[in-house]
Amino acid sequence: MLNVTIDGQKLQVKEGTTILEACELVGVEIPTLCHLKHLAPEGSCRMCVVEVEGARDLKVSCATVCGEGMNITTMNEKIHAWRRFIVEMLLADHNIDCFSCSDTGKCKLYQYALDYGIREPRFKVQPRDWQIDDTNRFFDYDPHKCILCRRCVRVCNDRQVNHTLNLSGRGIDTVVGMPFNELFIDSNCVSCGNCVSVCPTGALATKASKNYRSWELAKTRTTCSYCAVGCQMDLLVKKGKVVGVEPADGHSNKGLLCVKGKFAYKFIDHPDRLTTPLIRKDGELQPASWDEALDYVVDNLQKIKTESGPDAIAGFSSSRTTNEDNYTFMKMMRGAIGTNSVDNCARV
Amino acid sequence: MAGLAITLGSGAMTNSVAEVADADVIFLIGSNPTEAHPVMGAQIRQARKRGAKLIVADPRVIDLAKEATVHLQLTPGTNIALLNGMMHTIITEGLMDKEYVENQTEGFDALWEIVKDYTPEKAAEICGIDPEDLKFAARLYASGERAPIYYCLVVTEHSTGTSGVMSISNLALLCGNVGKYAAGVNPLRGQNNVQGACDMGAIPAMYSGYQKVSDPDIRAKFSKAWGVELPSTPGLTSIEAMNRAVTGEVRAIYIMGENPMLSDPNTAHVEKALRNLDFFVVQDIFLTETAELADVVLPATCFAEKEGTFTNTERRVQRVRKAVDGPGESREDWAILAEIMRRMGFDPGFTSSREIMDEIARLTPSFGGISHNRLETDPVQWPCPTPDHPGTPYLHKGQFSRGERALFRPSPYIPSGELPDDEYPMLLSTGRLLYHYNTPTMTGKTEELMEIEGRSFIEINPVDAAKHGLSQGGRVKVSSRRGQIESEARVTERVPEGVVFMPFHFADGSANVLTSSEVDSISQTPEYKVCAVKVEKATHQSA
Repeated sequence: MLNVTIDGQKLQVKEGTTILEACELVGVEIPTLCHLKHLAPEGSCRMCVVEVEGARDLKVSCATVCGEGMNITTMNEKIHAWRRFIVEMLLADHNIDCFSCSDTGKCKLYQYALDYGIREPRFKVQPRDWQIDDTNRFFDYDPHKCILCRRCVRVCNDRQVNHTLNLSGRGIDTVVGMPFNELFIDSNCVSCGNCVSVCPTGALATKASKNYRSWELAKTRTTCSYCAVGCQMDLLVKKGKVVGVEPADGHSNKGLLCVKGKFAYKFIDHPDRLTTPLIRKDGELQPASWDEALDYVVDNLQKIKTESGPDAIAGFSSSRTTNEDNYTFMKMMRGAIGTNSVDNCARV
Repeated sequence: MAGLAITLGSGAMTNSVAEVADADVIFLIGSNPTEAHPVMGAQIRQARKRGAKLIVADPRVIDLAKEATVHLQLTPGTNIALLNGMMHTIITEGLMDKEYVENQTEGFDALWEIVKDYTPEKAAEICGIDPEDLKFAARLYASGERAPIYYCLVVTEHSTGTSGVMSISNLALLCGNVGKYAAGVNPLRGQNNVQGACDMGAIPAMYSGYQKVSDPDIRAKFSKAWGVELPSTPGLTSIEAMNRAVTGEVRAIYIMGENPMLSDPNTAHVEKALRNLDFFVVQDIFLTETAELADVVLPATCFAEKEGTFTNTERRVQRVRKAVDGPGESREDWAILAEIMRRMGFDPGFTSSREIMDEIARLTPSFGGISHNRLETDPVQWPCPTPDHPGTPYLHKGQFSRGERALFRPSPYIPSGELPDDEYPMLLSTGRLLYHYNTPTMTGKTEELMEIEGRSFIEINPVDAAKHGLSQGGRVKVSSRRGQIESEARVTERVPEGVVFMPFHFADGSANVLTSSEVDSISQTPEYKVCAVKVEKATHQSA
């Protein structure tokens, strides 16, 4: 264990702990743009700088490991000026039409511009003329809002390992894109949406996000209902409707989702959902009340049980519904009806 | 499931998903995770990028096959021959973990008795691969310090599926790969809660936690807790129940959240069974092809509208939480069932999802330490017998669930129930696509996914396509002994000559019209993976 001091607070950390991680331990918040859990520290945005006593320059906290006896200061005039300068540089060629940006309210650049007291960009460059790529069915890419933090590039190459996104050009011409300036639709992109989930600005944004602002949303942590990896995710809800999905840091997904988990939520409030019980009358399924439907079920099951015994009834439970639903189903078949003929679609 | 229960004592995935990060040799057999389990697929690619070796055994050139250290492109239905051949190499070249086999397993002599006939040359010939590749893969697997095997439906959905699973277990035991971190025998379960449905006793022979119905003490425990006499006669599997519905012995079926009209093999047989019932109840979120045949349809809420838990493929019990209200008068599945129980004069004994989990924990030793409260912060992996037990990231550590020793259960290669002949000369294999999930009841409602991949197609090798006069995108008539459908040709070298592949998601050109209802003699899993078909150019060339 190493002894370090953060803003006068003493603590012990394990060898290999970065300054940023140590700050998290004592609840000191450090602004970051390129840093992301599960990605190797990059230290390229330099937003997370702190002062280490005795060091010549400010240190990038996400990529500097703690040393024995380090005395760390996380805010002073020098640090403030440095961070403010970084945000001003990023704003120089940024499209600041924030009114029309779907990321307003959760954009990190917007937040830091506020935090560091920037009212308008100090530096101005000729507006860039990048191509906006709206060819993916689920999300759009607007390079004018990109801050080149490379989170998307790294998540695509190092975590999804799909090698779709890369960085090209130099200096002011640097841009995130695809080899040979391909569009998303022509690329090998599998629409996992992980680049969108990690984008700190509105450069990569779901098409659906045009219809809500972050402050209108309630989030509910749950488990994905598609395959059996069991990814953890947050359902984004606006006015009683699921409008989006964000990945969460679960044991088996560690912040990733696939195209189904991220985007295939529209079945939830689809107009074809069943809304009332139906009973077949005159050969047609017709709406009925719950009372009527439940009595009809119970009467028929009991009649068949009396006539032919419980084993004339079989039940198939579902590998799609919850444990609690499945347990109840098998309890109903065995306890209430009296047969062991209960199965699920595990074999299918 | 049945296979691993026999050899190891538990049918579940032995290890955890994230452990793949620390594997050094990964063996994928009959599993296409970048499409069927995409986030698992991504983690395998991460491991590969860090330097882990990858063996892929699959008839198709799946995406991971292109990135593999070695791809064994075997003929569908020949997994057991491959595994036996690999074990032959490992034994004869002295690469097995002798100490582990001696101290922790039984049945090695019986294994050798069968495996000795599968020289790499003979096995490779059955599989249609190069014997050098087979030997290379065997040596590579045996060299792994931490060498997990992943497999899924492609292995189990054969008429010899259970033997296939036991053969995988044999290989892992031979190299001492069970009961340690980042190794093991890992069935990647198909649906979100297959593991949970089985764990909860929605299977004919077991109550929750794989407690046997045939054990009088177990039956007495449940009987006492539920206050009712419980049946001891064995129940029917879904396949058996369908068969008996055709004969009239089964008169009523209650289906919750399944669509066998699309998902079961041999659709015509299923339809006949369901139409023959005196009473048929379906409880679901949509009016599925199956619900359309029902006498009563009950509207249920979906995962976003309910409280509860799912158990993922690595046995981790995780919370499902209500984000929105269900549409109209829909109700939670358990609440509908509880009301039916009440009206039948049986007290369900709980009034919330949380209370159901408390009952599960009371009656199920492997869930003893699990409650909704604990899961809020600690989604544990069963077995978790007590509240202070940390859960079990990997099984069989120190001791097998089966007891002191795991069992080798060898099997000879038996050709698939239906092989190509003059009339039906091609092998059809079916599977999943990235953009869909089983029957597209859910994914089909996201129109963007349907735009990407919206209808049935058939992958066919360019040589076979030329032979039958089929062109890219042209309409194809595909027929088997059970039926015929039309689909669209996708001419590609992803499939070898003599093999065609179809996704099973789509109702138009539903592959399950063609597949066989040959079932595995132990697990009763239908044989989806291999059946014989013929392909012809369709007379109409537009869809």
